[in-house]
Amino acid sequence: MYAFEYVRANSVRGAVSALAKHEDGKILAGGHTLLPTMKQRLASPSALVDLGAIKDLAGIEQRGRSLIIGAMTTHAAVAASDVVKASIPSLAEMAHMIGDPAVRNRGTIGGSIANNDPAADYPAACLALNATIVTNQRKIPASDFFKGLYETALEPGEIIVRVAFKPPSRAAYMKFRNPASRFALVGVFVAKKGSDIRVAVTGAGNQGVFRWRAAEEALAKRFNPKSLDGLKADAGMMNADIHASPDYRAHLVAVMTQRAVAKALGK
Amino acid sequence: MTSTGIGAAVRRKEDHRFITGKGRYTDDINRPGQAHAYFLRSPHAHAKIKSLDVQGAKTKPGVLAILTGDDIATDKVGGLICGWMIHSKDGSPMKAGPHPALAQGKVRYVGDHVAVVIAETVGEAKDAAEAIKIEYEVLPAEVETASAQRQGAAVIHDVAPDNTVYRWHLGDKAKTDAAFAAAKHVTKIDLTNNRLAPNPMEPRAAIGEYDSGDGVFTLYTTSQNPHVARLVLSAFIGIAPEHKLRVVAPDVGGGFGSKIFIYAEETVCVWAAKKVGRPVKWTSDRTEAFLSDAHGRDHVTHAELATDENGKITALRARTIANLGGYLSTFSSSVPTYLYAPLLSGQYDIANIYCEVDGVYTNTTPVDAYRGAGRPEATFVVERLVEAAARELGQDPAKFRRKNYIKSFPHQTPVIMTYDAGDYAASLAKAMEIADYANIGKRKRESAKNGKLRGIGISSYIEACGIAPSQAVGSLGAGVGLWESAEVRVNPVGTVEVLTGSHSHGQGHETTFAQLVSERLGVPFENVAIIHGDTDKVQFGMGTYGSRSGAVGMSAIYKALDKVIEKGKKVAAYVLEASAGDIEFKDGKFTVKGTDKAADFGAIALQAYIAHKFSGQELEPGLKEGAFYDPTNFTFPAGVHICEVEVDPGTGSTRIERWTAVDDFGVVINPMIVEGQVHGGIAQGVGQALLEGVRYNADGQLVTASYMDYAMPRADDLPSFHVGMTVTPCPSNPLGVKGCGEAGAIAAPAAVINAITDAVGHEHVAMPATAETVWKACQRASQKLAAE
Amino acid sequence: MPYTLTVNGSERSLESRDPDQPLLYVLRNALGFTGPKFGCGLGQCGACTVIADGSPIRSCQLPISAAQGMKITTIEGLGTIEKPHPVQAAFIEEAAAQCGYCTNGMVMTSAALLAQNPKPSVEEVKQALAGNLCRCGTHDRVLRAVMRASGRQKT
Ligand SMILES: Cc1cc2nc3c(=O)[nH]c(=O)nc-3n(C[C@H](O)[C@H](O)[C@H](O)COP(=O)(O)OP(=O)(O)OC[C@H]3O[C@@H](n4cnc5c(N)ncnc54)[C@H](O)[C@@H]3O)c2cc1C
Ligand code: FES
Ligand code: FES
Repeated sequence: MYAFEYVRANSVRGAVSALAKHEDGKILAGGHTLLPTMKQRLASPSALVDLGAIKDLAGIEQRGRSLIIGAMTTHAAVAASDVVKASIPSLAEMAHMIGDPAVRNRGTIGGSIANNDPAADYPAACLALNATIVTNQRKIPASDFFKGLYETALEPGEIIVRVAFKPPSRAAYMKFRNPASRFALVGVFVAKKGSDIRVAVTGAGNQGVFRWRAAEEALAKRFNPKSLDGLKADAGMMNADIHASPDYRAHLVAVMTQRAVAKALGK
Repeated sequence: MTSTGIGAAVRRKEDHRFITGKGRYTDDINRPGQAHAYFLRSPHAHAKIKSLDVQGAKTKPGVLAILTGDDIATDKVGGLICGWMIHSKDGSPMKAGPHPALAQGKVRYVGDHVAVVIAETVGEAKDAAEAIKIEYEVLPAEVETASAQRQGAAVIHDVAPDNTVYRWHLGDKAKTDAAFAAAKHVTKIDLTNNRLAPNPMEPRAAIGEYDSGDGVFTLYTTSQNPHVARLVLSAFIGIAPEHKLRVVAPDVGGGFGSKIFIYAEETVCVWAAKKVGRPVKWTSDRTEAFLSDAHGRDHVTHAELATDENGKITALRARTIANLGGYLSTFSSSVPTYLYAPLLSGQYDIANIYCEVDGVYTNTTPVDAYRGAGRPEATFVVERLVEAAARELGQDPAKFRRKNYIKSFPHQTPVIMTYDAGDYAASLAKAMEIADYANIGKRKRESAKNGKLRGIGISSYIEACGIAPSQAVGSLGAGVGLWESAEVRVNPVGTVEVLTGSHSHGQGHETTFAQLVSERLGVPFENVAIIHGDTDKVQFGMGTYGSRSGAVGMSAIYKALDKVIEKGKKVAAYVLEASAGDIEFKDGKFTVKGTDKAADFGAIALQAYIAHKFSGQELEPGLKEGAFYDPTNFTFPAGVHICEVEVDPGTGSTRIERWTAVDDFGVVINPMIVEGQVHGGIAQGVGQALLEGVRYNADGQLVTASYMDYAMPRADDLPSFHVGMTVTPCPSNPLGVKGCGEAGAIAAPAAVINAITDAVGHEHVAMPATAETVWKACQRASQKLAAE
Repeated sequence: MPYTLTVNGSERSLESRDPDQPLLYVLRNALGFTGPKFGCGLGQCGACTVIADGSPIRSCQLPISAAQGMKITTIEGLGTIEKPHPVQAAFIEEAAAQCGYCTNGMVMTSAALLAQNPKPSVEEVKQALAGNLCRCGTHDRVLRAVMRASGRQKT
């Protein structure tokens, strides 16, 4: 690893000014993405600004209609949280499906969505649950936040502070794991809130997480797996790599969506 | 049976240190003043090195030396060797290209060693490596096994213009072809045996050290066979004569074949230690392990099976192209030849067998022995063929196998082997019973109700272990003998130290070998220490691989124990004042026949050392004996594994629902350890069948270079196993043991694929049978159904 | 820079030039705790697992600077041969180690699991251990050992 400076910020403001000082500085959350890339010398930030000591960045609360999760909240905390389980149980289930216990104990929601790995789970949840990503500067709706592979709406030096979710009436996440990495080969988060139905797909798209509008329309008529019979996802939009072909990914998107709807209905 | 003797499920001694974090592996060792090595590796699969300038890099902080292929040449460090000579059909010797430890003029795979930087820290070594100026002329790369020999392919080694190392064959072609011509039915199959990365969890590591005072080198290394490493480093690579080179292989975190070989890295570490005057340490990272640990398997095979009108197998023929990678690794040439084709008879009575194997160079990591080495490849061919034939003939695969099994022993196959003992039908019957084979139809219907496809697959495997005798392997081209040594040192107080040339890296020798000693000498298990892995302690040995340590290593101990007992009797004769012929030894006691005069083993040991009761002219004092044991034959463990799967046709994912293994390993020393070895083998076999595959892109870049891309089985990928045993003692060694380390890896792939093909109703399911592969097979099967 | 770490109940001070040096190297090289193993250095294998403030973490992914103030337990601090932790005792009973290299991670992850969930189901144990690679294929034995340590039997 390259030598660099390490700053343990005590407040968001402190972190912002540390980042301002180091042109090529990077935020360190759980480190489970950042450190491996540095180890492999794929990234060499001039400074790391650790958010770990900023107490009010971690935490979960139900604030009125919104479920608020602090950026530094670990996947394990979300998975185990009674507040999350009461508000959006499928979100707790999704968090439990990330990686393994050690990854969940360190990895954070903020790090995950800031990184926007095309196979990560949280982006699908955020998109399906119409989350709002709150930064030190502004509020960004999930639909504007995820911009493609590893790309987000975040500006340099902008820090995610928390994520606000609006609990749906029904939701479920189905994940088909990549057997090597255990990230999503295809993950589908389905959420229904009144007549608003969202189907968010991760792992599959060649531009990262996306909403499968055709499925949403079909489900708007009737929220039932049968409504999706015969519906095919567009293989042209799918990612091709050694783990799966676009055709297979497209097929899995349809299957996982049907299964997610069934699960959301308690079937 | 005593509670710690042969056959007892004694808990492992070595676990005491492993479960408390006190194991001592190579990377746990740090030598005073040690420097660190980092290898600059080729980023290209095939390229000429046009220029290499290390001058600037040498001035970077912390750098002690940067060495290249030129330095290797100047110092006359010999190249890495391939120790098994294979001759082609036409009698010509195999075409072995040069294999310098650091590249000279050309690189032949991504990860090939270009230069080494020795620096104070690994970080500094890496920084300096980035400053090395190197210019490549990139050449086209050959990656694919099947096409490496084609006209116009890039030439990887000048000695082999068609990229062909050898064109080898075994068996009688004319007779076999005639049998095919006369056959009632011929089953044909095309198979790929996928390339695997061995992936012991402990990455390879080495520390080289040089003591200028007495001119002695020491190498600490992750080796399965430290003496072989010393021999090769001395006799061939020429680092130092054997008496000036000590090789220590401490605890080793798994090998599976990949730590048999003598690699560039340890060679460079010992050599460089003298050059820089400091101990030099190298530890592989995981990506380097994927790039540079010898891979396994990688065959492309067309095979055919001939049957007569009674469903009796009359002939088998196979044509295999084996990818050997960019260079010949230490034993690579033998794996797809003598470790493969002689097993193509499987458990079956087949009168005619013919096999052709072309070994080819490609611009990929060298391929060598990996758990099972050749035998999984053979079993996969035989068991896929037999399964397909049974289905084509409309016969139950179990019945078809039973009918064709070899039933009397010894049995001479047409491909070298003389099987000495076995009862294949017994294993099959027992496995079918445990697996509840009879009710598979019912279970298939249950699954169908839930929209799932269930299948069952049998694999009747045989392996040849304890590769021996030395004379025979020598006549087949081996550069070494494959015996084993042991020395039993009885201390004056009656405790025992056994020095063995076998090496334990997960097999539990410290426990099983001690069980043998405890049983035979009647000394408490705790009073026996097994010493291995240090050439300064153990005189010589051939190490551990090929499931040889029970059959060969323990037999050597057995022989040495015979001698200890003989000597003990002589001492006892003086002590008990009787003639040596009247002394008997049993349960740790020497007695005089027909009397109640007795002395226990410890007392006799003490007498042997104080030598008060006999004169030195009559009998040498002391109690220490050694033996070299060379078996009379291979051993032939065999068995039947049955795998039951459920496939989700919606996604193609396969779950193993049930696994039954009935193995005949001959006499079992410790059933708990043996069962663990079987589990481990199955896990790797299941990995090969369902998950694993090394992949290169067309340019020869390794795409599966981390655990994010190379899938290995995890706790939730594996079922629990039902393991049973049948026992036919092995006649060719005194213990009757056969070997168990590779059985699971040999049996499993065919069992899994046979089960999946049964489930999906389609013969073409390639390994690894990923969800997508199986899903596609389901699609093809339903299209076929629709068309019918 | 000076650092102070709490490892196995005692405070240890050391110097490190790199604030991002992974805890794994600090434990192994500076402090002599070689129980945690290097398997990949990338958070992908579990060989380096230690328990930090009660949870299993990958010590190869935790910079030394972030480890300050945490209570770290390594396998050396879990139990001894004379007084083994129940998981360690069960590993011996079930012969759950082969080469022993992944064993640190298996033991530490299991111990942390049982501390949080004393009576896990087999499925829960499998999920908890999904991040721990073992090439020797000890998975079945490890499951048995964890069930044994929890006072249950694996069927
Ligand atoms: C073995 C393994 C398995 C995994 N499996 C999965 C899986 O199945 N599913 C899955 O979704 N993920 C998986 N992950 C990824 C894991 O969830 C990571 O924790 C996550 O991607 C990154 O979170 P982190 O807190 O570790 O972030 P870090 O690595 O610390 O940071 C990641 C990036 O985000 C930036 N960042 C972090 N926090 C903020 C913030 N508050 N504001 C702005 N930018 C920020 C950082 O600068 C960095 O660029 C896995 C990781 C590993 C190592
Ligand atoms: S070494 Fe830390 S997870 Fe592999
Ligand atoms: S015991 Fe060897 S890797 Fe698990």
